[in-house]
Amino acid sequence: MPLTLFEKIWNRHVVVEEEGELLLHVDRAFFHEGSSHAFAKLEQQGRTIARPKQVFAFNDHYVPTTGRDKGVNGIVNGEIRNMVIQLQTNAERHGITLFGIDDPRQGILHIVPPEQGITQPGLLICGADSHTSTHGAFGTLAFGIGASDMMHVMATQTIWQRAQKTLRIRVDGTLGFGVSPKDVILAIIAKIGVAGGTGHVIEYAGSTFRNMSMEGRMTVCNMSIEAGARAGMIAPDETTYAYMHGRPYAPKGAQWDAAMALWKRLPSDDGARFDREVTMNAADIAPMVTWGTNPEQGGPITGVVPNPRDLRDEITAQETASAIEYQGLTPGMALADIQVDKVFIGSCTNARIEDVRAVAEVAKLGRAVIPAWVVPGSQLVKRQAEQEGLDKILIAANFEWREPGCSLCTAINGDQLQPGERCASTSNRNFKGRQGTGGRTHLVSPAMAAAAALKGRLTDVRELMRGS
Amino acid sequence: MTPFTTLTAIAAPIDEPNVDTNQLCPTRFNKVPRGPAYARVLFHDRRFNADGSEKEHLLNVAPFNRAQIIVADRNWGSGSSRESAVYALYEFGIRCVIASSFGDIHANNCYKNGLLPVVLSDDECASMRKLLREHPGSTISVDLAAQTVMDPAGKAHRFEIHPVRKKCLLEGLDDIARTIQYRNELDAFEAAYQAERPWLYA
Ligand code: SF4
Repeated sequence: MPLTLFEKIWNRHVVVEEEGELLLHVDRAFFHEGSSHAFAKLEQQGRTIARPKQVFAFNDHYVPTTGRDKGVNGIVNGEIRNMVIQLQTNAERHGITLFGIDDPRQGILHIVPPEQGITQPGLLICGADSHTSTHGAFGTLAFGIGASDMMHVMATQTIWQRAQKTLRIRVDGTLGFGVSPKDVILAIIAKIGVAGGTGHVIEYAGSTFRNMSMEGRMTVCNMSIEAGARAGMIAPDETTYAYMHGRPYAPKGAQWDAAMALWKRLPSDDGARFDREVTMNAADIAPMVTWGTNPEQGGPITGVVPNPRDLRDEITAQETASAIEYQGLTPGMALADIQVDKVFIGSCTNARIEDVRAVAEVAKLGRAVIPAWVVPGSQLVKRQAEQEGLDKILIAANFEWREPGCSLCTAINGDQLQPGERCASTSNRNFKGRQGTGGRTHLVSPAMAAAAALKGRLTDVRELMRGS
Repeated sequence: MTPFTTLTAIAAPIDEPNVDTNQLCPTRFNKVPRGPAYARVLFHDRRFNADGSEKEHLLNVAPFNRAQIIVADRNWGSGSSRESAVYALYEFGIRCVIASSFGDIHANNCYKNGLLPVVLSDDECASMRKLLREHPGSTISVDLAAQTVMDPAGKAHRFEIHPVRKKCLLEGLDDIARTIQYRNELDAFEAAYQAERPWLYA
């Protein structure tokens, strides 16, 4: 029987089945300073970590993005300093690999594992964070779990799951000038809605994804959770293997060949059945921006803020009105007329080297007229960008070049918006207060964020680049 | 995990749909170690002012401050996967939430902490909330073995639950205890798997 990529990975990981629930083997588990509850539970029950070598810890959510030369001691906030120290202690006690605050490989838990070759095709990965879906870009089944499930993974290296449905999203064709992978995923979410993928695992297929870099694929899979799906994935191919080859944790020599033989069998078979299919055309996608307070409330930058009165569905009209009010917008106003106070370029969605390059391209065209932060996703990204001289371009254009971490994506490390402040952000969630109480978020691509920085308002980056 | 068998307790009606986990536990409390302090975290920003004084909220006043059951609307516990939302409910004293639908991960987190999420229809939830508002302090009885909820008017409502989840709650069996029963299967699986992909274990 023809099988999907998802089914092949799923089937290979089943240990036992009990009344419709499956016990699945977990290859890798990831967590961060905020995952203290799982450790507390583990110790309370006097349990140990079953496979410490398969468990990886990261300092990202709470670490400051400035003044990092002093390491842990440089953290001003005592509570946060303690969390970072506690994770260090826990990692040492349990023999887990920690990418700590002063590690030259430090970074966000969805950016570092691919860089290190820890993320590989065919694996099942669980993370203490909903954007674990990012790793699906490698043909990996990866999803976020709560603290109890994480403790279960730590104690047994397995997880109980019920069968999931499959949704294939096909996008074919070449992306237009100025259109990026972030615009593709925002357009998908605008089309299928924030609950469009609920109960499903998404496979992204079609020539648009085939032609994307690994960085772009990670951006797409990252936001699967914003479409309601717990996981999103893309079949591995030559681009995947080329990216992985030679990475520290990737197999070497004869083992590489053995791994390749397994990986090449992963892509969905011809004739494999999906529970649902959605098709889109790359040529129809324009640079996107969200106007509302959930990721489906967005559209092309050439559009306007919708008018709730034009909406037939009463619940949608109410939600639209409430979002517009919170965001301080007026129905019918052009999206390109929205003034912004701040720009955040970073997060596990868009803080990889290609994102920084895209920002630098735009930054060359002018100067940021509002505070604009660039927060690389990892120390590796930071060093690579500095080797390419991108930091100099950004600093010369009045952008701020900071230290790696989650930063303004979730605003729990001290970086946050003030009430009423409006931010063009490359992150993934525009919920009320996500970037700080009362803060307003517009989700955009890195190039669009850079354009907003130069103009002080949401701007069609295509015009800016054509005008140059 | 404390088993859940039967419960007769005061129930609080919460009329709002889409109560997300950030309402149940605002992000900044996420890092609080589990314990009695979580009782105040539940709906914190709606129940307390910045200076710690109480706001007007159903759960702040008798008899609802002693509620062990919440009757809610649809899509209870959507949003972030934070399990601290369940700790807040649990430490406040809540052992059962009745709603017409739940956020996926939140419902799962409830089961794992001995808290029973019960799905009834929109109409059943609405009529129960009405009864609770008209007769504050009236009780609801839940019988997990029989899969029934008895509303304040004495009417029984049947609910569905996955047999495994039911067994774990009734026996206070956590997933780890359940998994460890399969020790032999686990060992056999791992031996074969590691032989196939030795590079993952280097
Ligand atoms: S960057 Fe944002 S979404 Fe990504 S892991 Fe950090 S907090 Fe979560």
